Amino acid sequence: MNGEIEQLSCQELVELVTDYLEGALPAADRDRLEEHVAGCDGCRDYIAQMWTTVALTSEARPVGLTPEAEEGLLVAFRDWKAT
Amino acid sequence: MEQVVSPDDSRLVEALRDRDERVFEQLTREYHAALLRVAQIYVTSRAVAEEVVQETWLGVLNGIDRFEARSSLKTWIFRILTNIAKTRAQREGRTLPFSALDRPGTVPEPAVGPERFLPPDHEHWPGHWSARPEPWPEDRLLAAEARSLVEEAIDALPPAQRAVISLRDIEGWSSDETCNALGLTETNQRVLLHRARSKVRQALEDYFSEAA
Repeated sequence: MNGEIEQLSCQELVELVTDYLEGALPAADRDRLEEHVAGCDGCRDYIAQMWTTVALTSEARPVGLTPEAEEGLLVAFRDWKAT
Repeated sequence: MEQVVSPDDSRLVEALRDRDERVFEQLTREYHAALLRVAQIYVTSRAVAEEVVQETWLGVLNGIDRFEARSSLKTWIFRILTNIAKTRAQREGRTLPFSALDRPGTVPEPAVGPERFLPPDHEHWPGHWSARPEPWPEDRLLAAEARSLVEEAIDALPPAQRAVISLRDIEGWSSDETCNALGLTETNQRVLLHRARSKVRQALEDYFSEAA
């Protein structure tokens, strides 16, 4: 970090991907990462996989309320309303 | 930063104060998955977590007339949940998983196993891929199987990681909202999100390479 710009390794890069996608990397690190990706097919595909992972996760079904829980809440609501 | 109370929030609060059952139903459905995931950070069993969520709604109803809008409605609801869940965990004699939320980075968990990279003392390419990721087959990404696999991988995550990825990537919350609901710093939220996403990616990669 002291002046000398060190090459990022693939192993280091995979640990920075979330910070990168979140826009949380300092500009210098972001540049280093993008420079690496420009010359590394493995890391380019890795980042694409992370994007795909996020996209697939957004389609996962959230855990739903069970009918019993829904019923319980309704009863609680009506009790509360009556007080 | 906490958001100021949105017009949407005031509308919801007013409706609850007016004892509007439909709005209550809508809120309970909308937040159920997120509340459950957060409760599961503190209590082990799914059944107890469900009870904590139910109790939270009682707390919301009983407190709504006194809600002062110093935080968003969402943050307030999650604070009630967290308090109930912590009390419940204490009663169960569980050690609270402070480290899971306060120091999630203490134990290293590489995003990708070290066997996938050349050793650090490699002559030319230290830390470079030895087994690089391959592009995934587009057509199989759409399969319902891929979605089920993601759901299984999320279920298998440690509770704090599971809560963060659920809020961020399933529910689509911003990192601010997620930090507020969980009482997390931005940095710790990112550590948890990173680990969660990395594991889900790995599960998908295993699945696609098996199938290839």
